[in-house]
Amino acid sequence: MIRLFATHRILLPVVSLAVLLAATFYMQPRAMSYFGVNLLFNLAVPIALATVAQMMIIMVNDIDLSLGAFVSLVACVTATFLHDTPVLGVAILAGLIVAYAGIGALIHRFDLPAIVVTLGMSFVWGGLAVMILPSPGGAAPTWLRSLMTVKPPLLPMAVVAAILIAGLTHLLIMRSGIGTVLRGVGGNATSVVRAGWPVLRLKAGAYGLAGFFGVLSGMALVGLTTAADANIALRYTLLSIAGVILGGGEFVGGRVSAVGAVIGALTLALAASFLSFMRLSPDWQIGAQGAILILVLTARLIFTRRDKEQS
Amino acid sequence: MPIVKFILSRTWIWSWVAAAGAFMMVMALTQGRGASELAYAALSFGAFAAIVGLGQMLVITLGPGNVDLSIPATMTLAGTLALKTMGSDPNTAILGFTVAIGVGILAGMMNFALIYLLRLPPIIATLAASLIFQSIAIWSNRGLRIKPPEGLADFATGRTFGLPNVALVGLGLSILVWIVLERTVFGRWLLAAGQNLRAARLAGIPVEFVRATTYITVAVFASIAGFFLSSFSGGAALNMGQEYLLTSIAVVVIGGTSIAGGMSNVPGVWGASLFMFLVVSMLNSYGLGAGVRMMLTGTIIIGIVIAASTRRTRA
Repeated sequence: MIRLFATHRILLPVVSLAVLLAATFYMQPRAMSYFGVNLLFNLAVPIALATVAQMMIIMVNDIDLSLGAFVSLVACVTATFLHDTPVLGVAILAGLIVAYAGIGALIHRFDLPAIVVTLGMSFVWGGLAVMILPSPGGAAPTWLRSLMTVKPPLLPMAVVAAILIAGLTHLLIMRSGIGTVLRGVGGNATSVVRAGWPVLRLKAGAYGLAGFFGVLSGMALVGLTTAADANIALRYTLLSIAGVILGGGEFVGGRVSAVGAVIGALTLALAASFLSFMRLSPDWQIGAQGAILILVLTARLIFTRRDKEQS
Repeated sequence: MPIVKFILSRTWIWSWVAAAGAFMMVMALTQGRGASELAYAALSFGAFAAIVGLGQMLVITLGPGNVDLSIPATMTLAGTLALKTMGSDPNTAILGFTVAIGVGILAGMMNFALIYLLRLPPIIATLAASLIFQSIAIWSNRGLRIKPPEGLADFATGRTFGLPNVALVGLGLSILVWIVLERTVFGRWLLAAGQNLRAARLAGIPVEFVRATTYITVAVFASIAGFFLSSFSGGAALNMGQEYLLTSIAVVVIGGTSIAGGMSNVPGVWGASLFMFLVVSMLNSYGLGAGVRMMLTGTIIIGIVIAASTRRTRA
């Protein structure tokens, strides 16, 4: 049993989510419906996209502390330019993705600490967001709003979206040739260079992918909230890092899991709903999220350690 | 000239040059008026950044992956609990200070327990712990707005020999850190562990003891900063530590401490702390909006990091 968990790293995130979901349904049986599940996981869609973005960066052994500010900026652009002048809006969002790739290239070219550069970039993104939208406001483009509130048959939109995101990124990162090389950059950059790959371009590519998913995250968020604010997604930075780790990813070595990251994001989003169902005083909600994080990671430690002892 | 060469070879000189540059830029605008007021304000506000920066510097010196993200939460918790204990009563400053230090020691022990016992990466461990600290602060701070005792508030905002008292506290701590790093065995252990953890362990250095002490020290420094900041600003607020997460890391890197670990730089942290404050006042005095100000701050930080890296590769 323990062996099973240790060899299949994806099992632990899945079980964590299942246990939390079962506990939520037990506390609040009415949540066990099409509508209820959609409410529970609605806000998980942008978090899952942000977590996938963070995963791209962690995959190449870096960490992105600017993601929350970036998603906020995208949300501001979506609620203003993309709504008022769609062509200009698309151009700006494309420009932001290119900028992200550029940062990746810069970090690799000068061998800069990613933690510091992204920290600086969080000021830049935050400043731009404040300039675009000094006070909360804006409006979601109609098509985006209807996309985020669509009601597919059988499964709620949030679940369908999560499965789609997990499936597509899994294909991209775990199955495709380029995904394998990208993970190789995190595993051993030197050997990737020796094999004749341009690491500078690969790293820029990983950052570009992160920017792409960051843009999707901001757009999905505006589709749900219908308005934006310069600080709307600042907490995504920490949520996305925690989501990647919860999903079985590691900070070094290119060991990440796309499906795990999405499940980790769903777990974090569900934790918030679960705690409010528990009638826990709001004072303790943030702390309880920290405790859940510690709990899951403790479970992981137990499994990996037992495995080492046995083998 | 050996003197010039000696000065230029010190990595901390650049943060001081940058701080002086920002100071000049403000003075150019005001035609030299308010120079002493600006210097005084920079020393007061820079002191808080320097105190948390010193702690963060010690942690970053421990090597790649070591960073304390719980500094803001620890500051808030220490400030909140200390003010609550003192309850605005006079002559309780020592008691409050003891509470703050106690909070720091407990928070640091909690952080290290998560890192050591659960083998968590420090980023995740301090992040999870900070969520818990934040909750305790929210719970104990509910609807309270307690003023610091008068004597303590006077001390925190006052001056001695023309220097702000908080800057003197920061200076004292800096000298302490400098002596420990440069002149004691513990300092050597810390630097050795940061340069190569495995080699340090094999050489018989008690690396886990060094790491534990460092994580407790950073939390105590954050508590001291939180204690004085809440006395300085007339009460604790739940978001009072917020900006110090970015600041603490930024001043360490701008100050010339190696992000790869194993090399500390105490004077640089001070130069960078003054610089961070002066840049904001410079952009303010040129009448720029909040958005432009933030953007330029970020660009300047990245610019300095790039400049530092090209210097490194040439050397």
